[in-house]
Order: sequence, then C-alpha cells, then structure tokens
Amino acid sequence: MGKNRHESLGLSDETVVEMYETMLLARKIDERMWKLNRAGKIPFVISCQGQEAAQVGAAYALDRTKDVIAPYYRDMGMVLAFGMTARDLMLSAFAKAEDPNSGGRQMPGHFSSKKLRILTQSSPVTTQVAHAVGVALAARMKGENIVSLATFGEGSSNQGDFHESANFAGVHKLPVIFMCENNQYAISVPIKKQLACERVSDRAVGYGMFGATVDGNDPLAVYEVVKKAVERARNGEGPSLIETICYRLTPHSSDDDDMTYRTKEEVEEAKKKDGLYLFRNYLLETGALTEEKDQAINERVDAIVDEATDYAEQAPYAEPESALKYVYEE
Amino acid sequence: MAQMTMIQAITDALRTEMKRDENVLVFGEDVGKNGGVFRATEGLQDEFGEDRVFDTPLAESGIGGLALGLAMQGFRPVMEIQFFGFVFEAMDSIASQMARLRYRSGGKYNAPVTIRSPFGGGVKTPELHADSLEGLFLQTPGVKVVIPSTPYDAKGLLISAIRDNDPVIFLEHMKLYRSFRGEVPEGEYTVEIGKANVVREGKDISIISYGAMVHTSLKAAEKLAEEGIQAEVIDLRTISPLDVDTIVESVKKTNRAVVVQEAQKQAGIAAHVVAEINDRAILHLEAPVGRVTAPDTVYPFAEAENIWLPDENDVIAKVKEIMNF
Ligand SMILES: Cc1ncc(C[n+]2csc(CCOP(=O)(O)OP(=O)(O)O)c2C)c(N)n1
Ligand SMILES: [Mg+2]
Repeated sequence: MGKNRHESLGLSDETVVEMYETMLLARKIDERMWKLNRAGKIPFVISCQGQEAAQVGAAYALDRTKDVIAPYYRDMGMVLAFGMTARDLMLSAFAKAEDPNSGGRQMPGHFSSKKLRILTQSSPVTTQVAHAVGVALAARMKGENIVSLATFGEGSSNQGDFHESANFAGVHKLPVIFMCENNQYAISVPIKKQLACERVSDRAVGYGMFGATVDGNDPLAVYEVVKKAVERARNGEGPSLIETICYRLTPHSSDDDDMTYRTKEEVEEAKKKDGLYLFRNYLLETGALTEEKDQAINERVDAIVDEATDYAEQAPYAEPESALKYVYEE
Repeated sequence: MAQMTMIQAITDALRTEMKRDENVLVFGEDVGKNGGVFRATEGLQDEFGEDRVFDTPLAESGIGGLALGLAMQGFRPVMEIQFFGFVFEAMDSIASQMARLRYRSGGKYNAPVTIRSPFGGGVKTPELHADSLEGLFLQTPGVKVVIPSTPYDAKGLLISAIRDNDPVIFLEHMKLYRSFRGEVPEGEYTVEIGKANVVREGKDISIISYGAMVHTSLKAAEKLAEEGIQAEVIDLRTISPLDVDTIVESVKKTNRAVVVQEAQKQAGIAAHVVAEINDRAILHLEAPVGRVTAPDTVYPFAEAENIWLPDENDVIAKVKEIMNF
C-alpha cells in the first residue's frame, strides 16, 4: 500500500481509524460468537471474517444518513457502520426478545433496522437484491436523491433474482448498487463451478451497467470504486455491479466442516491477505495509527464485546405466545 | 440386517439405485464433494463419478428445469433442494412444468424426477428452514408426495420414488435423520407409494399421521393404552395420492379419528383426510374427526417451537375430547 492513499480519497486520519475500528469490532464480535457457539450458548454463527474490509469500505462510500442498504448475512461490518451496535448483534445471536433485527425470530445474520434504513432480509439468498431495486425506484419516484445498495455472494449471483433485478435496474437506470462479496465459495462449491465468466462483474455488460472488480481486502480500494458508483447513481447514470474479491476465512457456518472441500494450507495462505491486518499495517505506516492507539482501540473493542455479550446473555427471551403475533395487522 | 439411521438409509437407497441403473443422476447444491449439508450423498461422487453426482450453481429454478430436461431424454434425476423452504425458488419448474408434462404432452413425455429435500421443525432452525410446506403440493396434480417416518420406509420409498415414472417429492424430516436407528435390509426392496401403514393396531380410535408426528402419535397411543384407550395409529407415508382405503377401513372399525400434522391447520393434509372420511364413512362416526396441528402462524423462533409444534399431550387431549364427545 502506498502512502496516504486515504488523503487523496478525501478521508481524514480520524475517518480511516474509525473504519478500522468498525472492522475490528465486527471481527471481534464474530470471533466471540464462535466461542459462544462452541460453548453451547448460541445455536448458530455465520461469519463476516475476511469480508469486513469490503463491507466497511462500501458503507463509508454511502451517505449513512439517508442511503438504504439491503445487506446479506455476512455483512456485520456494514451494519455496524450503519449504526447497529454490538449489543444489537449479540441480542440477535442469543435470539433474545430485545433483538432489534427480528426480536429473535430469525437466525443471526438476518439483519434489519427500519430506523437505520437496513432492509429486513430472509433466508432465501438473493431475494434482498430485488428489494433494493424497488427502493431505488421508489426514491426516483419520490424525487429523493437516495442510493440503495444490495450485497450478495458470488454463488447467489446465479439466482434468477439477481439477473431479473439487474436487468430491471439497467433498463430504468436506477440508483442502485449491486455489490458482490466474492469469497470464492458457496458453502462447499468453488466459484469455478458457479460461473463460467472470469469475473462476476463481467455480468454488468449484459445489463447495460457499470461494472468493476476490486480487491475486497482493501477498504480504501472498495471505498473508491463504490464512491464512483454512488456518484453515478446520484447523477442519474444508473446502476453498478461491483465485485469485491475476498476470502471466507471461516467455515460457511457453525454447522459446516470446510475441511471436506478445501485445505488448511489454502486458508492459511488467505489469512496472509486478511484485510483487517493489512489495513492496520497501512494505518501504522502512514502514521494515522500508532501502536499505543491501536492498543487502546483493541481494549475498547474488547470491552464493548464483553459488555454486549453479558447484556445479551442475561436478556429475556420473547414470550413463546408472542410467536403468534405480527402475522397480520392487529 | 443392518441397523441404520434414516440418513444412512437414504444414502443406501441412492447408492443401490445408482448401481442398478446408470440413468440415475444425483445433483444439487453441495451434494458432490461435500456429500450434502446433511451428508445424505456422502461418498456418492467418489463412487459414481462427477458426471453422475454433481454440484450445481446456486439456483433452484435452474436445478428443477435441468432435471426436467434430463428426464425427457431418459435420465432419472434425483435433485436436491437443500432446505424445503427454498422450494419456492423452484416452484415453477416443479408445479407448472414437471407436474404437467405428462398431461400437456398428451402422455408423450413424462418426468421421472425425484426431488429430495429436508424439512420439518423441532431442531431449532427458524422459519424457511423448518416449515412443513407439503400441503402446497396436495393441490398440484401430477406430483406425488412421500414422507417416510422410519429408516426402513425411507429406503424402500426412495427406491420406489426413483423408479416411479412421475415426479415424486421425497421429504426428509430433519428431526428423524439421526434420532434413532432401525432395521434396514441390504440391497433392493421397495415400499409402495400411495400405501399407508397401520403401525399400531387398536379398536377405539384411529390416529392418522405422517412424518415425525407418527412418533408423537405412537407415544400418545402408549400413554392412552395405560388409561384403557386402544388407539390405532396409521402412518400415511404418502400424502399424495392419499391411501383413503386404509384410512376408511380403520375408521369403520374404530368409529373415531384424530388426524395429526405438524403443518399449520388451514387447508392442510388433515383437513383433506377429514373430508375423505366424511365422504366415505360419515355414518360410521361416533364423533367429529379431530385435528391436531400447528397454529395458522409463521413457523416460530426456537424458544417457541416446542409450544408451537403439536406434541403428544396435544394428541392425548384431542383423543380424549373425541372419545368423550
Ligand atoms: C434460495 C436458497 N437456496 C439455498 C440456500 C442455502 N444456502 C445458504 S448460504 C448458501 C451459499 C451462498 O453462497 P454465496 O452466495 O457465495 O455466499 P457466501 O455464503 O459465500 O457469502 C446456500 C446454498 C439458501 N439460503 N437460499
Ligand atoms: Mg461465496
């Protein structure tokens, strides 16, 4: 990484350190969730690890006071950047009543916050992509200068929902960004068995939109390209398809054994390019961060994760009877 | 005879049919190298090669359409929908294409496709991973729907499904995958599709069920026996087409019936069974036919599922209500 790339992108030292802290918080919440799962305290984990750089870089390129996101289950970094808290995420992991995502009604990773303009997501992959297109059309019709951004995996880019959404958005030049977090696997199936084109972003041309592939381990590179897509969207130049190249550092979920389909060596190799540590080094090199500051950040983040865990563990479950609520208007 | 779990019996059925008929193909998401997210297809790719056992891209509508195309050219595809909640993505390929192929082509084409899919609640996986959606296919003429409750039936019914010349949806209750073992013969055998099984004989009341609820019903029957009520328990095994003869024969003997299903109440299998009993045996009934079902709400979160799902106490209470009518 070169010197002070962030300055030329118009990002202050404070902002990039804040981005780093958000990535770190996502990572540490995720790591804690695995421990809690292995201790039998939470039923399920699905991780952001290896994708935080892409998620946070993209979130910072949006206007986090008005734009809308339709994230997918790995986007912990993105929803934290949009204002969700460690407590919110832990409450969801423990499936407690106070979980603002769904009141414990969905699996963790099914993010939702009407207040924070995070669309609610359901388990069938890629459905959120079409919703983001609807949001973009609504913004256009209401004359609001809002951009929507949907994320999804490279495997999910094969669903009809992706292609139908991209096509509509292309035809109508809507202010929507399709961001693929290409982590090389869809559960066990490697990308070469998912799509025949070299890049997910090659698909952009088929829908008449701007497409780009970027290093998903580099939050600044992601920031830069998503910023460009945001500007195009706001200027009425239509949608974009951004592919961020990442690597899934964990098994697919806490129910998966990834050693049946990939090797330890491959995972170890990918860890060397872990965006979190590369970004930390970059910040140290440029002087935006010092070892002392980093230590203070780590301590603060650890305390946040501890507090969130304790709070969520002690919070009450929803009353079973409440499962009957919210099927229809009452 | 070997003692197997249901998941082992399913793998065994797939292996048996793949060995017997080279037109049998297995495909879906993660079924190849990984052997399936529940390990149902474990070892099959190594044994039969990547041409016959393969991973598809993540796109269910395409999987369904692919199966249909292969079937029209003489193959016997066994496709997997990773969780039955994702069948909506494949709904057109199943309900409007496969199910109507024979009719639409005036009998010239047929679709010997087997659609395997895990479903069912009680394992703390929230909505769309646990839903009982089988009722959707009761109103889909042209597909059969099979739901085994034991390892023995799972193997025999899956072999029948693969050999069937019409599309068969084969639903595997996740709670039964590994919860117990049962005797499973080696090699080939079939269990007939469309035939219910009287799994417990009794003279006082018929409890009619399928899937995991068969075990719930049997437990209830044991307890009822302690109180002097002899319940007959019928495992439907196939819910479409329904074995109305076996149901009616039983009801004519017991004069009372309760239908137990895990799915929501409205327009479910139970409602259909009640209607068939009314049509064919109403004058034999001493009481209305009872239903034990889940409420008409969305499949709930983990903490609520034990209350939301029917259990043996619900069955016992309903049986007593019908006995005392
Ligand atoms: C419609 C649908 N089919 C199957 C699944 C099961 N499933 C959950 S995640 C997943 C793989 C997704 O891969 P990818 O899109 O690459 O995202 P990643 O998990 O790698 O981030 C599958 C098959 C699902 N949730 N929805
Ligand atoms: Mg992926």
